Amino acid sequence: MSGPWEAVIGLEIHVQLATRTKMFCGCDLSFGDPPNTHTCPVCLAHPGALPVVNREAIRLGILAGLALGCSVPPACEFHRKNYFYPDNPKAYQISQYDAPLCVGGRVAVLLPDGRDLEVGITRAHLEEDAAKLVHLGAGGRRAGAEASGVDFNRGGTPLLEIVTEPDLRSAADAGAFLRQLRQTLRALGVSDVNMEEGSLRADANVSVRQAGERALGTKTELKNMNSFRFLERGIDAELARQTALLEAGGRVVQETLHFDPDAGEIHSLRSKEEAHDYRYFPEPDLVPLAPDQAWVEELRASLPELPVARRGRWYELGLTYEDAEVLSETAELGEYFEQVAELAEPKAAANWIRGELRAQLREAGQEPWESRVTPALLAELIGLREDGTLSEPGAKEVLAEVVRTGASPAAVVEQRGLGQISDDGELTALVERLLADNPDQAEQLRGGKDKLVGYFVGQAMKATGGRADPARVGQLVREKAAG
Amino acid sequence: MIDDATVRHVARLARLRLGPEEEARMREELSGILEHVERIQALDLDEVPPTTHVVELLNVVREDEPRECLSQEEALREAPEVIEGMFAVVKFE
Amino acid sequence: MSALHELTAEQGVAALHAGEASAAEMVDAALARVEDDRWGSFLAVDAEGARGRAREIDALAERPPLAGVPIAIKDALSTRDLTTTAGSRILEGFRPVYTATCVERLERAGAVVIGKTNMDEFAMGSSTENSAYQLTRNPWDGGRVPGGSSGGSAAAVAAYQAPWALGSDTGGSIRQPAALCGIVGMKPTYGAVSRSGLIAFASSLDQVGPFARTVRDAALLLSHIVGRDELDSTSLDWPEPIAVPEATDLEGVRVGVVDELMGDGVEPGVRAAVDAALARIEGLGGSVERVSLATTEHGVATYYLIAPAECSSNLARFDGIRYGPRFDDARDLLEHYEVTRGEGFGPEVKRRVMLGTFALASGYYDAYYLRAQKVRTLIRRDFDAAFERVDVLVSPTSPTTAFRIGERVQDPLAMYLSDVCTIPSSLAGLPSLSIPCGLSDGLPVGLQLAGAAFSENRLLSVAHALEAAIGFDPRPPGVL
Ligand SMILES: [Mg+2]
Ligand SMILES: [Zn+2]
Repeated sequence: MSGPWEAVIGLEIHVQLATRTKMFCGCDLSFGDPPNTHTCPVCLAHPGALPVVNREAIRLGILAGLALGCSVPPACEFHRKNYFYPDNPKAYQISQYDAPLCVGGRVAVLLPDGRDLEVGITRAHLEEDAAKLVHLGAGGRRAGAEASGVDFNRGGTPLLEIVTEPDLRSAADAGAFLRQLRQTLRALGVSDVNMEEGSLRADANVSVRQAGERALGTKTELKNMNSFRFLERGIDAELARQTALLEAGGRVVQETLHFDPDAGEIHSLRSKEEAHDYRYFPEPDLVPLAPDQAWVEELRASLPELPVARRGRWYELGLTYEDAEVLSETAELGEYFEQVAELAEPKAAANWIRGELRAQLREAGQEPWESRVTPALLAELIGLREDGTLSEPGAKEVLAEVVRTGASPAAVVEQRGLGQISDDGELTALVERLLADNPDQAEQLRGGKDKLVGYFVGQAMKATGGRADPARVGQLVREKAAG
Repeated sequence: MIDDATVRHVARLARLRLGPEEEARMREELSGILEHVERIQALDLDEVPPTTHVVELLNVVREDEPRECLSQEEALREAPEVIEGMFAVVKFE
Repeated sequence: MSALHELTAEQGVAALHAGEASAAEMVDAALARVEDDRWGSFLAVDAEGARGRAREIDALAERPPLAGVPIAIKDALSTRDLTTTAGSRILEGFRPVYTATCVERLERAGAVVIGKTNMDEFAMGSSTENSAYQLTRNPWDGGRVPGGSSGGSAAAVAAYQAPWALGSDTGGSIRQPAALCGIVGMKPTYGAVSRSGLIAFASSLDQVGPFARTVRDAALLLSHIVGRDELDSTSLDWPEPIAVPEATDLEGVRVGVVDELMGDGVEPGVRAAVDAALARIEGLGGSVERVSLATTEHGVATYYLIAPAECSSNLARFDGIRYGPRFDDARDLLEHYEVTRGEGFGPEVKRRVMLGTFALASGYYDAYYLRAQKVRTLIRRDFDAAFERVDVLVSPTSPTTAFRIGERVQDPLAMYLSDVCTIPSSLAGLPSLSIPCGLSDGLPVGLQLAGAAFSENRLLSVAHALEAAIGFDPRPPGVL
């Protein structure tokens, strides 16, 4: 077979829900505490201990599902997924199988190149997280481990598993989708969505087919890529591997793979153990859930403006994809921008926040929303710059003072006499004086040496301590030289 | 009813090591039981819904309120082997 | 007053409240009986703990309702710091960190746990011969089994080691040993008693219930353990308090005899005792008619798919990592699991785990597990239809009296078929109890009474009136 090839990618995303307690027991959630200090008979799978569903996990799951355009069926139930592993204490994971909490969603992803990508959401279901396996000795790497330990603090954390349709066509698409998903979940407050800490984890189902082909190729499953960069690099590496294999006349084998970011290589996770047979069956210890439809509607009404909608609005205000990416990093930053943009020109506001404001605050170790530079003060500064009162360097200097003291920019300008001189009378007198004081250069200028305009502008700036409006000075110099 | 390969496959799924004699006996016994169980294959069940729960309860949930956890010592006290505050597992690849 | 150990629980409570005895004396009397180890009914005895709690209760200004009466607990129930093995080597020496809700409720009501009773490993069996630790002997004939799986609890009560005990019943594990030991045993409606702390065999069938020598004691014990528990999502708010029954007649009570359970498989002596009980029912003013439960013939097949399937999953947690002994020095994880579980489980448990794993495995699920769940629906419908016509269904509890030790261990299917009478109501989740209705060749015969869901009070009333009319003497020869 030969190309051109088309990539077909679907994601399975596990999100730790931001509840106080675990999915099926009252142990509080923790990160980084000493091992096995957040456990009970339920999450240690002691004989006779039974699960009880955490209502808040249902609420957060429904919120997320609604934000992804899913519907919430009138009833759902839990199943047992049976497999043996030391991080799975009951030897079954309580999950959802053929009756999940949320089904059939659709999201529009705004891509960097301005395209709009529609991604189908197959389902979103509740389940419990595995415990943490710690491989000790021999450098802590699994292959050479001397012994391993199990820490059940994380075991039983509520998870929402979100499964997409195979609608993504490149690693970059997958990255863009996941970024937007993270912003969405963060805006909803349903999860910390931190890939490094593992509260957001993605597996990718990857296959390739000849462009134009309808049928799907054999897929492989890339497991647990713990950063956006690894996700994209892993998918790219796997696409390259599959394409090379097919072009050489080979065949893709359905299997689970692991991307090693250090080596940039793909490894098979297949062990000598036989294929899994999870023996799903309905969990007899839990009764079905029937989310009250009025409650679901209440949750729908409570959804905040979603990042995708906000982005659409921001684009109309003149912001770029990069502006939106940066301003969406945290809910607070987005909110800060919104407040500035109410009072000042939005694109200028985005530029100032992304650029000078964050640069100056970084030195102070502050975030904009917790600094002395309130949205109103920043908007005022932007106004002074836009109407020509301040030059670029002048505005930066004023900002530094606002960062330090929280003073009003207009007051700082006043106090320091930093206002830009754009009064024509004043500037004309200045230009005339400079031409007179520098007769040689004035002569050459009149002789047509246009480069000397810059010389006189420089002189004017020097004479006014940077306050002269350089554009106007240039104009006046040319007018006077032309005589 | 059931052959050696199936017995071995099922024993592997269930993580049960069976000796050779145990395996042969298991095949005989399971076959006998499955033969008896076969009688339900004759019933017409197309229109019959399965019973998963005999109680007709829905939405049994708890509030998201923390309960007291076990101390690390209590959590680990029945473990056959402990390592650095964790349950030790055999070295594996 | 008779010797303290001969008192019923009700009499014991009265004696304690009247100040005629102390809890310490009552518990000592029970412990002295337990020391006579002819029957092998206990796996663990907590003499020190029991005496301590009895003294605490004696010191209280006001006695709690159960006043310090001793009780025996099946080893399938988790008891904090008291060894709990479920009769299995895989839990040898296991000391739970928490107590089952039902036991906790009894302790709060003033019952004193004296020890844990023997059982078939993980409640799988009908003779208690599948215990990894010891045999239990039937107090009526030491060469015979006490039934199972709650054989230890049944034997303890029949041998007057405790006035009452808790057992668990999945397909007959309370009713059948009660029948074989000549005492009262009840499996309540599914969901009546919290399963939190009951080591699971088959979650959709398991129920905790009482053993006693009188129906009134069984009712009293049940009254303290029913009701919703926030730790068990399948436990129910109980509609009305369980009353200690007073009825003396059966006027207006419609009794149905299950046709399918009175067939050729029933021993003549058992049939005779059951027929005599039916005559008593009519003598007390009840009506008796024959009722057909056609799906009963599929009960055993259905049960032996559903229960093993659930058990295969429930018992998967026993892996020698978080608790339980280690049997191996395995080189890898697979070997660790296989050796731990291969060594730790006995033959019957392995058989059922295999059967259940098979029934759930891909390619077999629809033909076995799913079909069994559908038959379960048919069985429930059959009962629903029957209870339109009658109030109570009766049958033998077991088609035979106690069999000889060793008689059926080589034939698992024959052992399974002996559960034919108790299984249907388990599958339907209905309350059902066994009372002794006479002797056959010197061995007790049990009469099973089953009712609609939540009909415990009526069932206990009928059983109480009938018990009085039958006048069974619960003292096995040579035991006291
Ligand atoms: Mg999952
Ligand atoms: Zn817990």
